[in-house]
Amino acid sequence: MAHAHAHTHDPATYYVPHGTRWPILGSFALFFLVGGAAFWLNGVTVGKYVSLLGLAMLVAMLFGWFGAVIRESVSGYYNRQVDVSFRMGMIWFIFSEVMFFAAFFGALFYTHWFTLPWLGGAGDGASTNALLWPGFEAAWPTNGPANVGGAFETIPPWGLPLFNTLLLLASGVTLTIAHHALIANQRSKLLFWLGATIVLGVVFLFVQGYEYHHAYAELGLTLGSGIYGSTFFMLTGFHGMHVTLGAIMLIVIWFRCAKGHFTPEQHFGFEAVAWYWHFVDVVWLGLFLFVYVV
Amino acid sequence: MAHATTHTHDDAHHDEKPQGFLDRWVFTTNHKDIGTLYLVFSFIMFIIGGAMSGVIRLELFQPGLQWVAPEFFNQMTTMHALVMIFGGVMPAFVGLANWMIPLQIGAPDMALPRMNNWSFWILPFAFFLLLLTLVLPGGGPAGGWTLYPPLSLQGGYNVAFVIFAIHLMGISSIMGAINIIATILNMRAPGMDLLKMPLFTWTWLITAFLLIAVMPVLAGAVTMLLTDKFFGTSFFNAAGGGDPVMFQHIFWFFGHPEVYIMILPAFGIVSEIIPTFSRKPLFGYQAMVYATASIAFLSFIVWAHHMFTVGMPLGGQLYFMYATMLIAVPTGVKVFNWVATMWRGSMTFETPMLWSIAFVILFTIGGFSGLMLAIVPADYQYHDTYFVVAHFHYVLVTGSLFSIIAAVYYWWPKWTGRMYSEFWGKFHFWWTMVFVNLLFFPQHFLGLAGMPRRIPDYNVAFADFNMISSIGAFGMLITPFMMFVILWHSKKHGVKAEQVSWEGAKGLEWTVPSPAPHHTFTTPPKIDDRMLAHGDVAH
Ligand code: HEM
Ligand SMILES: [Cu+2]
Repeated sequence: MAHAHAHTHDPATYYVPHGTRWPILGSFALFFLVGGAAFWLNGVTVGKYVSLLGLAMLVAMLFGWFGAVIRESVSGYYNRQVDVSFRMGMIWFIFSEVMFFAAFFGALFYTHWFTLPWLGGAGDGASTNALLWPGFEAAWPTNGPANVGGAFETIPPWGLPLFNTLLLLASGVTLTIAHHALIANQRSKLLFWLGATIVLGVVFLFVQGYEYHHAYAELGLTLGSGIYGSTFFMLTGFHGMHVTLGAIMLIVIWFRCAKGHFTPEQHFGFEAVAWYWHFVDVVWLGLFLFVYVV
Repeated sequence: MAHATTHTHDDAHHDEKPQGFLDRWVFTTNHKDIGTLYLVFSFIMFIIGGAMSGVIRLELFQPGLQWVAPEFFNQMTTMHALVMIFGGVMPAFVGLANWMIPLQIGAPDMALPRMNNWSFWILPFAFFLLLLTLVLPGGGPAGGWTLYPPLSLQGGYNVAFVIFAIHLMGISSIMGAINIIATILNMRAPGMDLLKMPLFTWTWLITAFLLIAVMPVLAGAVTMLLTDKFFGTSFFNAAGGGDPVMFQHIFWFFGHPEVYIMILPAFGIVSEIIPTFSRKPLFGYQAMVYATASIAFLSFIVWAHHMFTVGMPLGGQLYFMYATMLIAVPTGVKVFNWVATMWRGSMTFETPMLWSIAFVILFTIGGFSGLMLAIVPADYQYHDTYFVVAHFHYVLVTGSLFSIIAAVYYWWPKWTGRMYSEFWGKFHFWWTMVFVNLLFFPQHFLGLAGMPRRIPDYNVAFADFNMISSIGAFGMLITPFMMFVILWHSKKHGVKAEQVSWEGAKGLEWTVPSPAPHHTFTTPPKIDDRMLAHGDVAH
């Protein structure tokens, strides 16, 4: 949100915007979002509304901020160097997301391959097992020696999860076709394949929602089902949130394409979302392998 | 210098600073103003964190309980660490990065100026949430800054607040780090090759990578705490198949790189200052770069030296012991190179140089105590004693904090166009030298004698050293105010600084006027290798 500059920007120099109100709005939004949530978790009910207000502010802020950037981009303020800054920003943001997931994968591996055998008496865990939980036998999946959350069954990998894997893999392909169409300047083809990607993503989310319902209603598998439930729902849940975000971004990009944004040479917004989508894809492959199959 | 130039570029008429408080400070996208905001914020946090440490040392002045309840004492130790680490040291370095990196590489600003504003303006809100816990039911967090479950989950309101505050700090740090990487990799003036960059910029490039790699892991760890407390997960509950020790692994996977996040920029700063006042190029520039990179790499594979006594398999203990000791090698390279830079230099001892030399000596003491702690059987004795407290205060206070103070004195003339009083700068230094060592050195003895950390009362056998330590602390408490007065006086009445404020100072930052104009390098400068402080160039 540069103050309205009537004149254009000289593309030879790096565009440095002057003055912006979006970040401080974003800070208040985050503050209400998490501050409200913190009170809410402690049983103060108004916290809930403060938190939702924060969320709404955050969404509004993001639309405003990105809107300003898109307007500047369309007005040709950004030269090649600015474009590279955006690319680096996106790449390193995705790397930070990878590390966030790494923490939860780490928790899965650690509990599966270290904690569980120790609880069962292996290696240095002999006395833990003998003194605290004699008779506990290590077997994955587990909800621990105290059977936290009660008996549960897991979701077999070769049904819906496999179907979901294929959906996401296919969405990676359709997105690449769309990208090629953009480069070849074939707009209707671009819109069709981008639309197909969105549909695949949304179907994935529906299947995931159905599966969650099935797990809670029929399998007895919940977030509270010991370590298996914890890792299962936190990993797939965070992934699902990322798919949701990615799908929203794809929808925004679809509308921008429909409005004639992007050129075959310059379409960073499209590429950034595509990278994000592929990242979400790869995370799913890891999930499918380590959460469902192993 | 409004419309002096003819180009249509819309920056040209913006060289005057924006008027009005909101425009200047709240809506700003200017790297210098954002740098100032970070530094001011960090200063305030140092005062708040310092006040908390004052409470701690007051209670420990004598054995017995005299001033505060044990529960409140524990809140003070926990909050002191959180405020100093996340509110004091880290934002100070980010502030210095904001000010200096664009100046050192000839860039017009940070690569992503709006995001730069957001990175800063999240922080005040995060710390408001954190400090708010002190007045909420149950008080502040009291389980230690490391937040080990199950203890940390037994707090009152604070659990959710601390976790969300840490999330916000993480978002801020990650965005700040992304900005720094993009700036360094993408905004260097033509001719400023990677291996010509000043070491402060180099160390920040590597630090930023560490930040992006580990802050999300901390976010994950505290998220698991949150769901364990409020949503019934069992990550750290052995009854459900989880493991409280796993928290320590995840936390320290963040935590050890974190301590290097707080020291690598300090390495960069003293690598700027020592050559200037030795009037010699830095000895072994490339070795310094590679040593920094090796330290960063090693910092990812040594984390469990914080948990030797937790009950790890023997093989794990051995591995983490040897890996930890390896870090002493590149660290030794650095210390050697600083000393070799001074060797036969024509040295002068202005205030920034004094702080830097003290850094080299006292940080090395902290490194040595670190090596002692790395030895597993020795650590069985030292762990969770005051010896550890002495160790990390030598690396963090006489290390990181000293370097921050050195940097402020060194670049102050460039920021404000004024010199400070050398006499009072040196007074500030020697005063601090006396009291900081009184404060932390006896803690080595207390630890070796077996005094545990994080307790409000102790055996009378520890009385003398504790009293000395507290006297040191009281002397330290006034130093921020001393520094404030020195700098305030300089700003109002100081002698005007020259463009090259220090004889022998090299680097692009000294090619712009003092004070540096609001916008610098709007078009990239032409790099003259003779003006560079370091780099792969013949001097
Ligand atoms: C040669 C380098 C170093 C070695 C070998 C080393 C080793 C260690 C070891 C083994 C511990 C655990 C002691 C225990 O809890 O029993 C420790 C604690 C600590 N170190 Fe270092 N260290 C080194 C450098 C640093 C640096 C550069 C910093 C920060 C700038 C640092 C900050 C800390 C902190 C904050 C703790 C205590 C954390 C806590 O338990 O609260 N260390 N160090
Ligand atoms: Cu460590």
